Amino acid sequence: MKRFLLTSALVMASQAAAADEIRVLNWQGYGTDLDWAIAAFTEKTGHTVVHEYFTSEQEMLTKLRTNPGAYDVVLINAAYTAQAQSEGLIAPIDSSKIGNFADLDPALVGNEDLNPAGALHGVPWTWGLTSIAVNTADFPELPTSLSVLWDPALKGRVSIRDDGLEAVQFAAMATGQNLNQITDLEAVKARLTELMPQVTTFWSSENDWNQFMAAGDFVVATYWSGSAARSIANGLPITFIVPEEGALGWLDGLSIPASSTKMDAAHAFIDWMVDPEFYVRWDTEGAPATSNTKAAAALPETSFNRAVLGDPAVVAKVQFMKPVSDADRETYLKLWQDLKAAQ
Amino acid sequence: MSGSLARTDRLRALALLSPAYLWLMAAVFLPLSAMAFFSFLSDVPFGGRDWQFTLDNYRAFLETPTYATLLWKSVKLGLIVTALSVLIGFPCAYVLAKVVRGRSREALFLLVILPFWSNSLVRIFSWAIVLRGNGILGSTVDAILPWDVRLNLMFSPTAIVIGLVHSYLPYVILTSYLALQAIDDSLIEAARSLGARRRTILRRLILPLAAPGIIAGAVLIFVPVVGSFMEPRILGGRRGTYYGTVIEDQFVAVFNWPLGAALSFILLAVVLGILALASPAIRRATL
Repeated sequence: MKRFLLTSALVMASQAAAADEIRVLNWQGYGTDLDWAIAAFTEKTGHTVVHEYFTSEQEMLTKLRTNPGAYDVVLINAAYTAQAQSEGLIAPIDSSKIGNFADLDPALVGNEDLNPAGALHGVPWTWGLTSIAVNTADFPELPTSLSVLWDPALKGRVSIRDDGLEAVQFAAMATGQNLNQITDLEAVKARLTELMPQVTTFWSSENDWNQFMAAGDFVVATYWSGSAARSIANGLPITFIVPEEGALGWLDGLSIPASSTKMDAAHAFIDWMVDPEFYVRWDTEGAPATSNTKAAAALPETSFNRAVLGDPAVVAKVQFMKPVSDADRETYLKLWQDLKAAQ
Repeated sequence: MSGSLARTDRLRALALLSPAYLWLMAAVFLPLSAMAFFSFLSDVPFGGRDWQFTLDNYRAFLETPTYATLLWKSVKLGLIVTALSVLIGFPCAYVLAKVVRGRSREALFLLVILPFWSNSLVRIFSWAIVLRGNGILGSTVDAILPWDVRLNLMFSPTAIVIGLVHSYLPYVILTSYLALQAIDDSLIEAARSLGARRRTILRRLILPLAAPGIIAGAVLIFVPVVGSFMEPRILGGRRGTYYGTVIEDQFVAVFNWPLGAALSFILLAVVLGILALASPAIRRATL
């Protein structure tokens, strides 16, 4: 008995010596903060995980700028990785510290947005679509076009995210433009002006979206595919639709802030986040598509990520988002602010 | 002799006042001057960014009609909420101060202050639950009235006004109550014995004497409501963009602190201007 106590004390002591508390910055309810996942990670490595959340990419960058040293792992959308790198906010990834690295989709690892200055600055983690989702109960026949957002019969039952860039991109798709090269901004503005009276409220987080949809505040709204999978898994009667005009594609990477003092623990956490064991269980609760080819192959046939995002016809319609220049972003933001202020 | 006494008095006053002034310096003056400094910069002076002094942030307000439109919208919101709060709050305060006595007054007073003890965000979210289309209010009204009603107050300016009035009502009740409490009952009795009607007593006696309290309450409400952002954002939906939400966006979403600071100071200047314009009327009422 005495020896047992001694050994367990020794084990605990050795774990405590290597154990770090890492701080993760992410959207709330987006994979990294699952209780079981953190518990499994702590059991494997001894490191503990604390979370902090952001509600927009700008807020995430703000937090990285104003709190150096406060975070060890941060989720950054590939369209923002280059900006974070150029401001010196994130460090290059050491792929040798990530055991699952060899299984990651080479196309995603080589994505030029994740490799600013020729070095990988974000481990591709998940990808997915921003499109629309509808309340199945209100639509006996599912819409096939983005024009459902402008349907006069649905006035006051529509929602979009409170984000100028995304609003402009949706309007660009609805007017048949390439969303990475918007040429006719007047048409976009006219289309958004028509959209505003349709909108009941704007949503800003997945939690918001679920509450509004469950309360019947809206029946059709823009939504993220990963969140849709989660909402469906939680029992919301919704269907995620990829309309004929296309959908916005996004790629999320996990990065390590340059100011982090716990690089090893941060790499270990990212390794666990791309582990097939983690992903297959996450998928049962609703997850976006994974970057790990082995994990994708391990999914059951009925999974949302295999059934919807695995369909080549869907993938062909996706327009992947490129980084947006500051000048364009400012123009879109101003357009969006003016539209909101005019309400 | 008398000179030295005055000096010790002055020293004692200085010693007694210094904690308050130090506190004001640390809590009000320093943050405010930091924001004033920010408002003249081209970019935030940390995170390795280039910055220099500029007036562009103030110029942005003058060159963008959107900001002025929103400021006017917020001032109107402030006026409506203040007027409603006074109209509802003053009768409540009167009942508290002059009609009920003893235990029931204590109980009523507690009910008035109760909203102050809960977090304002919690109050606003509870209003969201009550006001939404199939929420508590809608369902109740639908159940009581025989015909089909679809009451949906959520995501409208009405919802914002309801939420704000509820949040700020206690201020005007408390300040009016204190002023009404100070009115000697025998004054009212004297007026009545001289044959004054109820309305005359209210207009010529009670209202003038309670005016300082009402005005203090109105100012306490008007100033924060003009800059409010949380209530419009949560309850206003699509129409919830006000001057305060734009300032919040500059700090939280867009990371343009200098513009946010400049917009805040313009708001401060406008609010002070309104109070200065109103001050002759206020002085007349309180004298």
